Amino acid sequence: MSNTLNNSLLTLDARTKKRNAAETRFRVYGIAAIGAGLAMLILLLLTIFGNGLGAFQQTFVTLNVPLLEEKLDKNSTRNLEKIKKVSTFGYAPLLKQAMEDTLAENGIETDLKSKKQAALLSKSAAAQLRNYVLANPDMIGATVEFTFLANARVDGYLKDRVTRESIADDKNINAAQLDLVDALLAAEVIEQRFNLSFITGADASDQRPEAAGMGVSMLGSFFMMLVVLALALPIGVAASIYLEEFAPKNWITDIIEVNISNLAAVPSIVFGILGLAVFINSMHLPQSAPLVGGLVLTLMTLPTIIISTRASLKSVPPSIRDAALGVGASKMQSVFHHVLPLAAPGILTGTIIGLAQALGETAPLLLIGMIGFIASNAPDSVASGFLDPNSAMPAQIYEWAKRADPAFYERAWGGIIILLVFLITMNTIAVILRRRFERRW
Amino acid sequence: MYIAKTSLSALIISTVASVASARDQVQIAGSSTVLPYASIVAEAFGENFDFPTPVVESGGSSAGLKRFCEGLGENTIDIANASRQIKESELKVCAKNDVTDIIEVRIGYDGIVFASEKGGNKFAYTQSDWFLALSDEVLVDGKMVANPNKTWADVNADMPAQLLQAFIPGTKHGTREVFEDKVILAGCEATGAFDVLKEANGGDKKAAEKACISLRTDGVSVDIDGDYTETLARIESTKDGIGVFGLAFYENNTDKLQVATMADIEPTVESISKGEYPVSRPLFFYIKKAHIGVIPGLKDFAEFFVLDEIAGEDGPLAEYGLVADPELEITQETIANETTIADMM
Repeated sequence: MSNTLNNSLLTLDARTKKRNAAETRFRVYGIAAIGAGLAMLILLLLTIFGNGLGAFQQTFVTLNVPLLEEKLDKNSTRNLEKIKKVSTFGYAPLLKQAMEDTLAENGIETDLKSKKQAALLSKSAAAQLRNYVLANPDMIGATVEFTFLANARVDGYLKDRVTRESIADDKNINAAQLDLVDALLAAEVIEQRFNLSFITGADASDQRPEAAGMGVSMLGSFFMMLVVLALALPIGVAASIYLEEFAPKNWITDIIEVNISNLAAVPSIVFGILGLAVFINSMHLPQSAPLVGGLVLTLMTLPTIIISTRASLKSVPPSIRDAALGVGASKMQSVFHHVLPLAAPGILTGTIIGLAQALGETAPLLLIGMIGFIASNAPDSVASGFLDPNSAMPAQIYEWAKRADPAFYERAWGGIIILLVFLITMNTIAVILRRRFERRW
Repeated sequence: MYIAKTSLSALIISTVASVASARDQVQIAGSSTVLPYASIVAEAFGENFDFPTPVVESGGSSAGLKRFCEGLGENTIDIANASRQIKESELKVCAKNDVTDIIEVRIGYDGIVFASEKGGNKFAYTQSDWFLALSDEVLVDGKMVANPNKTWADVNADMPAQLLQAFIPGTKHGTREVFEDKVILAGCEATGAFDVLKEANGGDKKAAEKACISLRTDGVSVDIDGDYTETLARIESTKDGIGVFGLAFYENNTDKLQVATMADIEPTVESISKGEYPVSRPLFFYIKKAHIGVIPGLKDFAEFFVLDEIAGEDGPLAEYGLVADPELEITQETIANETTIADMM
C-alpha cells in the first residue's frame, strides 16, 4: 500500500514513460518509412518525366521541295510501276536542292557542301517524299511544301542533349552544321513542336531515332490484351466457380488449390520458355505474333484471376445462397443469378489488375521473338492482326534502351511515360468499379 | 448470349484458319553487332519494295545460328546474322536438321575498339598488354604463375597506374571470339607464354591455345552478356573500367568515350579497311536456300543488302560504322547465283 501512495495518475512513472517513448519512436519510424517511400516515388517520377518528356517534342524542318520530273519520271509516263523504280536514294538530290533553295531564300550563307546541309534532315525524309509521290503522281513537276523531321543530333542540340563541346569527336555532325541550325532557327524554318508520331508511329532503325514511335507496339500490346481477356477471363471464372461452389472438398481439390497459388508465384520468364516450347516449337504458331504473346500472358494471368475471383465469390455471404436454394432455385441458378452478379465487381477488379500486370511484362516476350527491330509499318501502314509480327510496349522500351544512339534513350523514357499512363488508367478504372459496385455485408 | 457465342466461335475458327496461311515477311535473328545494320537495311527494304519490313531480332551470333539450325519451315528463321564465320560443329547440327544448303554472305568488316571514360587517362595498348592484364597465368622468369598484375603500370611501365578493370563481351557473343583470337592469343604468343604452354602440354597446340585464352576470374575481367549499352553503363559507373566495343557503337557515343590505340594504330574506318588496325573481323549473314521462293522477298532482301548503294563505301551502312567490303561484287554474285557453302568447297 505504501508504494501506491506515491503513484499519482498525473505524474508518469518510469515504466509508463518508457512505454510512451517506445510508442513515439515507433510512430517516427512509421513516418520515416512512408517518407522514404514517397521520396523514392517522387525521385522515380521526376527522373521518368525529366528524361522522357523530351520525346514528345520533336524538331521539324519545313522545306519547299521541287518534285523534279527528270529525276522521278524521266519519260513523263506517270506510270506508277516506273515511278516505283526510283528508290529512296533517288530522292536524295531533291532534298539537297530543296535545302539549297531554302537557304538562298532566307539569305543564309554557309560553306557547307549540299550533302552536309541535307544531313540536318532525318533519313526518313526521302521515304516520306517517295510515299507522297507514289500517292500523288500528278504532283510531279510541282513544288510542294513538306515538313520533315530533323536529324536526331539537331533535335538533341535544341534539347541541350548535344552541345558544341560534346560533338568535338562526332563524325555525324560538326560545329558549322550547328551554326546553320541556329540560322535556320532564326529564319523559323526549323521549329520544335509536339510530336504525334511518337505516340502513333512505328519503330525506326538505328540511324533515325527521331522517327521512332510507340504506336505499332501499342497495337501489339492491345492485341495481346484482347487475347488475354478473351481466354483468361472465361477460363479463370469458370475454374473458380467450379472450385468454390461445386467441387467436393477433398485432397485432389486441395492439391489443385495449392498449385494455383504456386503458379501465381512462378517467375514470368518460365512461362516464356513454356510458350516457346509449346506454342512455337510443337504447335507451329508463328514467331513474334501477338497471338502467341497473348497465350503466354494468359498462362501468367490465369492464377491471378482465379485467386481474386475465388476471394470475391467467398465474400458473398452464404445466406444469399441459402435463400436462393430455399425458394427452390437449383445450385446453378443460385450461383449464376445471385452469387456471380454480387461477386462481379471483385472479379472485374482482379481481371483488370491481372491485365495491367500482363501489360507491363517483358521477360516472356523476349523468348517468343517479340523483341528486336519490328517495324510492321510498311507497306500496310499498320500491323494488322494477331498473327503479324509485332512488339509490345515494354519490349519496345527495352529494345530502345539498348541501342547505341543516345537519342533512343530519351525515347525509352518517353515510352515509359506512355506505359505508365496506361497502367494508371487501368488501375483507376479498377478502383472506380470497386467503389461504385461493391457491396459490403 | 447467342451472338456472343457465335462471334466467339467465329473468332476461334478464323484464328485457327489463318495460322495455316503462309508467313509473308522475312525473319532474321542473331548477332547484336549486325542488328543495327540489318535493321537499317530492313527499314529501307520495307520502304522501297512492296514486301513487308523484315523482322530482325538480336541475341548473339551463337544463339542466332542455333535457331537457324533448328530446321526448315515457316516457324524457323530465314536468315542468321553472325559476327563470326559459322563453325564446323554448327554446320553439322544444321545438316542433322535438314538445313543443308546455306548461303554465306559477307557484308563488310567491323572494328573492335577499346574505349574508356572520356576525360580519363589516355591509353595506347598492344596485344601483349591485354594478355598480361587479363590472363589467369602469365610468364615470369620462364615459369607460368598466377597473374600478379594489379594496375596498368604493372603491365607496362609506360602506362598510368590505373587499376585494371575490363568489361569484355560474354561468351555467347561473336565479338568475344575475335577478342580472344586477335588480342589475347596474339599477346600470348608475343610474350612467349604460348611456347611455354605448348611445351607443358606436350606440344599440343590446341591445348596451349586454350590455356592462353583462359582469363583471370578475380573480378578484373568482367563478362558482359548484354549489349554495348550495358558495357557503357558499367564504364560510366566504374571510372577505371576499359570496355570492348564495336566501332559503330563508339562512333555514336564519342561524347562519353575515348578510344585507345592498338599497336599504335587508331581505329577508324580507313585504318580498318586498309587492314592496318589489327582487331577487326568480317560480319556475315547466312540464308537458307530452301526458303528462297517460299518466303516472299527473301532473295530480294539479300540482294538489296549487298547493293553498292547500301553496303558500299558511301552507303548508309558505312555511314553508321560498317567498313565496306572491297570485294562486294563477289558477294553480290554469290547471292545472285545462290551459291551455297557446300558449292564453294
